[in-house]
Amino acid sequence: MSTLAKFPEIKTFLTSEVVNYWTRVALLPITGLVVFLFCWHIVAKSIDTSLGQFPGPTQTFEQAKTLIDEHYEEREKEVAFIERQEKRNAKKLEKNPDAKVKIRPYTGKPTFFDQIWTSLYTVMVGFLIASVIAVPLGIVCGLSQSAYAAINPLIQLFKPVSPLAWLPLVTMVVSAVYVSDDPMFSKSFLTSALTVALCCLWPTLINTAVGVSAVPQDLINVSKVLRLSRFGHVAKIVMPCSIPMIFTGLRLSLGIGWMVLIAAEMLAQNPGLGKFVWDEFQNGSSDSLARIMVAVLVIGIIGFILDRVMLMIQKYVSWDKNATLR
Amino acid sequence: MQFTKKVTSTFVRKALKTVATLSAVASLAISGNALAELGEPEKEDLKFGFIKLTDMAPLAVAYEKGYFEDEGLYVTLEAQANWKVLLDRVIDGQLDGAHMLAGQPLGATIGFGTQADIITAFSMDLNGNGITVSNEIWKQMKPNIPKMADGRPVHPIKADALKPVVEKYKDEGKPFNMGMVFPVSTHNYELRYWLAAGGIHPGYYAPHKGDTSGTIGADALLSVTPPPQMPATMEAGTIYGYCVGEPWNQQAVFKGIGVPVVTDYEIWKDNPEKVFGVNKQWSDKYPNTHIRVVKAMIRAAMWLDANNNANRPEAVKILSKSQYVGADYDVIANSMTGTFEYEKGDKREVPDFNVFFRHNATYPYYSDAIWYLTQMRRWGQIEEKKSDTWYKDIAKKVYRPDIYAQAAKALVADGVAKASDFPNFKTETGYKPKQTHFIDNIVYDGTKPNAYLEQFEIGLKGSTKL
Repeated sequence: MSTLAKFPEIKTFLTSEVVNYWTRVALLPITGLVVFLFCWHIVAKSIDTSLGQFPGPTQTFEQAKTLIDEHYEEREKEVAFIERQEKRNAKKLEKNPDAKVKIRPYTGKPTFFDQIWTSLYTVMVGFLIASVIAVPLGIVCGLSQSAYAAINPLIQLFKPVSPLAWLPLVTMVVSAVYVSDDPMFSKSFLTSALTVALCCLWPTLINTAVGVSAVPQDLINVSKVLRLSRFGHVAKIVMPCSIPMIFTGLRLSLGIGWMVLIAAEMLAQNPGLGKFVWDEFQNGSSDSLARIMVAVLVIGIIGFILDRVMLMIQKYVSWDKNATLR
Repeated sequence: MQFTKKVTSTFVRKALKTVATLSAVASLAISGNALAELGEPEKEDLKFGFIKLTDMAPLAVAYEKGYFEDEGLYVTLEAQANWKVLLDRVIDGQLDGAHMLAGQPLGATIGFGTQADIITAFSMDLNGNGITVSNEIWKQMKPNIPKMADGRPVHPIKADALKPVVEKYKDEGKPFNMGMVFPVSTHNYELRYWLAAGGIHPGYYAPHKGDTSGTIGADALLSVTPPPQMPATMEAGTIYGYCVGEPWNQQAVFKGIGVPVVTDYEIWKDNPEKVFGVNKQWSDKYPNTHIRVVKAMIRAAMWLDANNNANRPEAVKILSKSQYVGADYDVIANSMTGTFEYEKGDKREVPDFNVFFRHNATYPYYSDAIWYLTQMRRWGQIEEKKSDTWYKDIAKKVYRPDIYAQAAKALVADGVAKASDFPNFKTETGYKPKQTHFIDNIVYDGTKPNAYLEQFEIGLKGSTKL
């Protein structure tokens, strides 16, 4: 302290707003990360599994690079695959001008990035299905006590059910109901998306109902004075009021949905990141654990990004710009 | 389609090739009575399932080498979670076909488990399995095994050496658990065969009483574990040993968690292992597609065994890719390139550990099917006596050498294979001559299944019923 006292400029600088801000935004998170990486490195070294050493940051980084290389390799193979088809089709047409030919998509293995895309797409579809059902239903529950009383037991009953308990039922129903010769979506995609939807329903539903029922009496009175129609009341008074709560619900739902999806993919062997993890585990090669670690980190990063995106939207549509959202 | 004349002369083959360039109609008119050309596949986009084992190699090779595409087929290969899921998916049509345990089409047809008509026209390989025990059990077994001059154990190791260990566990009231991959798997029958040959009772099934655990009267309790989880399950102490395909025996040696004691080649020399199974309805609906799939797979099998296994290193490279078997190159290479490591450092030559084409490995022999049926009867999966004719009828229903023959003849016509590569289809009965190379020296004659069963001390036979 005494040395600092001699240089008041430094002291003022160290306690200034700018330094404070940067410490909070950059320095502390980076310190946290570095400490984490260091601990991970040390701990990984001391764990020896039957599949070799537990992967540390270095091995994980190596495998991340390998996965990227594999992706490009596979893309090259895809180009060759399409070329071969074109040649073959040309030959076929030479032989028989009326032959039906088509170019089919690549049949090789989905790369890590393909799996990421599949998972993202699936979770978005499941989440949308859930939101389209849950938000209107939540509004109805919030507006009318009797509707809420009727639906509440169902919510309470289904909310705690583990998503994976739904999986076999959903699989069977999809297999039985979704029958067509030229399906638009694959069965596995529908199964995953519906399982996600079933789990995304509840947080949105509950939060929407709570938000809608918590509209201040003053505003309800305003609506009465203005003689708003039922629809006008919902659109102009209820919705703006309950937006923050609805988004809280949506954010929770999306987080749960992402978690559920990975588990469902692992269990049902549906394409996506979950399947990638399970397949790597089944492979039991000396790189498997590091590759799984890459997937784990990617799953975490994507979950984080999804949450941030929801938060941005929430900030954008929320009328109360002073409320802290985190 | 019946082949009315055998086409062997190069002249006719060349003529055919010229003809093929003309329009299809004209070619049929000209060559109609010589050899009707195999038609275009009815279904071009196919999805086949497999389990991560080295004997899925014909599928991977046919894909990677473009043999499927040469037949105008666009195949997607998909690893499956376990044998049950794989079979269910073939039954309900999610998969067009799959790498199956030889017992699966037979078991499905006779209704052990899910009843469904599954057929096979292609046998994928011979041998390829091993029985591994944990280090702890090996330590207790080792004193009971005769040694060679250099101190290494004499092979084949019989289950006699294990018997005292199992009895010790029994006396202490501890169940002796072992793992196999599926109730109708080769591994189950091989493990049971080996145990019973050493006087250890592996237990009976009694499906008519609703008991499908297969542990009635057992000294050693066998349970199902998916192949890739075998080493981990043994390490966890849940099972003391297992019978499984490669790479999971060699994996145990590499990781130092167990010791393979015997290969199935030593239990029964050149035993049939996996088959390529499809739904019968599927085959009836898409006959040309089926023949073309078999064609591509025969080519893959030929490539795998060509020039005395010269291509095996390349095959191992393909298999070690993460979408196929995915284990380390060295682990897969160990058995695929003709050696097998028992105890750490005790590497022995087993050149025929994986046979894909030699010895007519790809031909679906009725006698192979009947051997599986006899073992199903022996362990109670077939609960009552069946006549010899019944065995033969089921074998005829499930194993389809007729489809295989069409594929083989088409390959000969394409100039890719020689007629001498295959059995003589005119005279082939589908029954191998008496087979003598069993670990207990019992002789197997496929034409007399009931008489064969009479020779076993442990096992159901005649009209015994639990």
